[in-house]
Amino acid sequence: MLSIKNLHATVDDTPILNGIDLSVKAGEVHAIMGPNGSGKSTFAHVLAGHDQYRVTRGEMLYNGRDLQAMPPEERARAGIFLAFQYPVEIPGVGNIYFLKAALNAVRKHQGLEELDAMDFIALVREKVEMVRMDESLIYRSVNEGFSGGEKKRNEILQMMVLEPRLAILDETDSGLDIDALRTVADGVNQLRSDTRAFIIVTHYQRLLNYITPDFVHVLGAGRIVRSGGPELALELEERGYEWLNGITAGAA
Amino acid sequence: MAERDNSGGGLMNAPHTVYAGEFPEMKHHLPGAAVPWINALRTDAIDAFMALGFPGTRLEEWKYTDLRSLARHHFTPSATAVGFDATALQPWLPGNEPAHRLVFVDGHFTPELCPFNTLLDGVTITSLASVLDDAPDVLENVLGQNAGLEQPGFNAFNTAFMTDGAFIDLSAGAILELPIHLVFITTGIPETLSTVRNVVIAGANSRASIVESYIALQDATCLTSTVTEIITGEGADIEHYKLEQEGPSAFHLAGIYVRQGRDSRFTSHNITLGGRLVRNDLHVDLDDTGAECTLNGLYLTRGRQHVDNHTWIDHNKPQATSNEWYKGVLDGHSRAVFNGRVVVHQDAQHTTAQQTNHNLLLSGDAEVDAKPQLEIYADDVKCAHGCTVGQLDAEALYYLRTRAVDEATARSMLVYAFAADILERIRLQPVRQLLEQELAARLMDTGALRLQQEQAVH
Repeated sequence: MLSIKNLHATVDDTPILNGIDLSVKAGEVHAIMGPNGSGKSTFAHVLAGHDQYRVTRGEMLYNGRDLQAMPPEERARAGIFLAFQYPVEIPGVGNIYFLKAALNAVRKHQGLEELDAMDFIALVREKVEMVRMDESLIYRSVNEGFSGGEKKRNEILQMMVLEPRLAILDETDSGLDIDALRTVADGVNQLRSDTRAFIIVTHYQRLLNYITPDFVHVLGAGRIVRSGGPELALELEERGYEWLNGITAGAA
Repeated sequence: MAERDNSGGGLMNAPHTVYAGEFPEMKHHLPGAAVPWINALRTDAIDAFMALGFPGTRLEEWKYTDLRSLARHHFTPSATAVGFDATALQPWLPGNEPAHRLVFVDGHFTPELCPFNTLLDGVTITSLASVLDDAPDVLENVLGQNAGLEQPGFNAFNTAFMTDGAFIDLSAGAILELPIHLVFITTGIPETLSTVRNVVIAGANSRASIVESYIALQDATCLTSTVTEIITGEGADIEHYKLEQEGPSAFHLAGIYVRQGRDSRFTSHNITLGGRLVRNDLHVDLDDTGAECTLNGLYLTRGRQHVDNHTWIDHNKPQATSNEWYKGVLDGHSRAVFNGRVVVHQDAQHTTAQQTNHNLLLSGDAEVDAKPQLEIYADDVKCAHGCTVGQLDAEALYYLRTRAVDEATARSMLVYAFAADILERIRLQPVRQLLEQELAARLMDTGALRLQQEQAVH
C-alpha cells in the first residue's frame, strides 16, 4: 500500500527527515516511536501533504501512485487520513457541515451518490456514539473551544466517518485521560481490517497497550534507527530513548 | 484658471461650480419650491456646497477616497421615472416577502410599483416629495437637523438637490410587524443623478424595521447621493438595513444620521456589495441616557471597487451603549477604508462602547486602510476596540484539504465563515437569506475563477 524509500524532507531548508525507508501493507498496523524532535510529526505531515515541508530526495508511493504529485485533498480522496496532534480550530465553519463536505468529497471520488441529509445525520449520530462524544459538539464550529480530549475525539469521529484506507494518527494519545485513550483505541480496533492500514505515531508506549501493532519503528534524527515487533515498544518503555542513543551514534 | 482652496482641505477644480451653476434654474422644479423655509434651506445648502466644494484627499476624513474619477463626469437628474416592467424587480425583493414597499426609479417615486399593505393609524409611510409640497410643517424642525451642511462631504449637495425619498412617521407606541422596504433603482441611463432623502421619525416606544435597497437594472456610470435622517424617541426600537447592490460602475455617496432619545435602540446593518466607489457616513448621536446602538457592517469588494465606511458615534449622555462590528472581504485590486470614530463626551459617564473591524484580504493587490478612533473625555467608561487585517488561515486551509475538500471550496468555506457572523446578526430572515445566497454565489465565482487561474498556470 505504502512504499517509502530514502525519504528526505526539509522545513525552511533545515533537514528534518534524513532517509526514511518504510513499507506498509494493507492490514498492518505500524507504530512509529521516537523522542521529541526525531521527525515523527514531520513524517506524518509529509505523508498528508503539508506544503510547509519540502521533500528533497527519495520517493513515496501509495498504491503505486507518486504521493508527491498529489495535493492533500487528492491524497485524502485516495484514502489517506491524518489525525492531527493539534487539530485546527475553524471559527464559523460548522462541524457537521465540514464533515458532510468531507464525506461527500470522498464519496464523489469513489463514484458514489452524496448521502441525503437523513442518512448522513443517522451515520454521524452512530459514529458520535461510538467515540463517546457530546453530540452538541457536532453543531459547533470545528474544534472551536473544544477541550484537548474533545478535539481528539473529533479527529477519531472524522476517521470513523471517512473510513480511510491508510490512517495516520499523530500523537493522538498525547494529553488524553485513560477513557479517551480507550475510545481512540476502540476506534482504531473497530476499523482494523485486511484492507486498511494504520501508522500510529506516538511518544509513549501506553496507547500500544490497547492497539497491538504489527511493527514498531523507532525514529532518531530523521531516520528509522530500529524496527521490531510489539516487544520493542515495551523495551523502549523500560529503558527509555537514551538506550537508543548509542545505536543512533553507532549508525551515524 | 485654478480656484483657490479656501476650505482648509482640498477643494478640487471647479466640478462643484458646474452643479451650483445649475441650481438657480433647477430649484424651481424641486419639491417644496413653494415653501419659503425649504427654499431657504436649499439656498443655505448650495452656499455651503460652494464653500466646501468636492472634498479632496488632503482632508483627513477623505484621505483615502479620491473623488477625481467622480468629478470627471457630470451627472444630471432624470426628468421623470422611466417606465419599466415591475417583474424585473423580482430578483431583488427579499424572498418576495410582504412589506410596506416604496419604489423609486432614478430618484423618482413610482406609486404604481408599490402594492401597499394596510397601515395602522398613526403610521405614515410616503414619498418625501409629496410631504415637502403638501404638508411641509411636519419636517420643519427635522429636515437637515442631523445631517449638518457644514460637514465636508455631500450633505450640502444632497440637501440642495434632494428630489425624493421616503418619509416615515411613527406615532407613539406604533409597532410595525411588516418591514418597510425602500427600493432605489437606477435604470442604467449613463450619468444619471439620483438625489435621495429619507426621513424617519420614530415616536416613543414605536418599533419598525426599515430596509433600503440600492439596485441597478443595468450597470452604468450613475451617481446616487442619499441621506437618511432618523430620530428615535424615548424607548423606540428601529432596525435599519442598507443594502448597496448597484453595478460595478456606480458611484454611491451615502449618509445616515441618527439621533437617539432615552432608552431607545437603533440597529444598523450596513452591507456593501456593489458600486465602483461607495462612501457611507454613518453618524449616531446617543443623546440621552440608556440609549443603545449596534452597528453591523459588511463589505465585499472585488475588481477595482472602492468602499469607504466612516462611522461616528457620539456618546453625549451617561449610560449609553454602542456596539460596532464591521467586517470586510477584499479581492482583486479593490480597496476599502474603515474609519470608526467613537467620542465619549465629558458628560457621558458609564458609557459602554466596543468596536471591532476585521478585514480579510484574498488578493495581494487588495488594500485596506482601517482606523479605529476612540476619543474619551469621561473617566468612568468601558471602551474597547480591535482591528485586524489578515489573510486566510493557512493551517485551516490545509486541515480542510486533508479532509478531501478541494482548495477552492476550502477557501470559500473559510471566507463564508469569516463573513457569516455579520449575517447571523440579521434578524429579518428574507434579508439574511438573500445575502447568504449572494455571498455563496459570490464565493462560488471567486473559487471557480481562482481554480481556472491555477489550472492555467500548471
